[in-house]
Amino acid sequence: MASALDRIADIIAETSDVPRDKITPDSHVIEDLGIDSLDFLDIVFAIDKAFGIKVPVEAWTQEVNNGAAPAEQYFVMKNLAARIEELVAAKAAG
Amino acid sequence: MRLEYFQMIDRVSEVGPEAIAAEAVVPAESPVFEGHFPGHPLVPGVLLVETMAQASGYLLLHRFGFARMPFLSGVKEAKFRSFVVPETRLEVTATLEHDGSGYAVTKAAISAGGKRICDAALTFRTLPFPAPELEAAMRAQAARIGLPTGRPTA
Repeated sequence: MASALDRIADIIAETSDVPRDKITPDSHVIEDLGIDSLDFLDIVFAIDKAFGIKVPVEAWTQEVNNGAAPAEQYFVMKNLAARIEELVAAKAAG
Repeated sequence: MRLEYFQMIDRVSEVGPEAIAAEAVVPAESPVFEGHFPGHPLVPGVLLVETMAQASGYLLLHRFGFARMPFLSGVKEAKFRSFVVPETRLEVTATLEHDGSGYAVTKAAISAGGKRICDAALTFRTLPFPAPELEAAMRAQAARIGLPTGRPTA
């Protein structure tokens, strides 16, 4: 099975106008790929469905806005993939 | 329906946490029909989208126990299959497709006399009410159309 990173990159390429080959592990979803908040909602919806989880994007955004977490923690591709893997693992653990 | 006041839903006939069914009767006359279209009055497609969005919105308000307000943020795959003329009785339905973090997705449809009129997939941002006046207005609208304002039990 493809890695979470690859699956998320595929979702972003399918959901937005970003070419798949421009999406790297170090791409910042907002700053480098130019995904706006509305497109990001579509991407989160596709991720929720693909992975069977509920990405807590509201809490993430609040943490970033409050300065409790750097944006890179959630919005750089490799970190986003790691967060998704954590959510999938947490769900599997019940 | 009071098109010029954006009151699209007349009555909720059934609602649960995942689906809603409602009725809306197109008025015989409205200023909207003076422009859309002279001599050939039709409900504009954008107002049919609004009608589906309001049914979806009431579904979400009910689901959230009026703790959050849904704001339309996306319309996909909207299809308008038939004209809607004055005095048509519309059946409006919406089902929850996904309840995400700070957003929700529904599928909504309108039919009349069993005939499909239109359908669409709708995305909403869901936020805490930004003003108490808005929450009060939405609760008043809910009371008008017979939507329970407590949290759903099933």
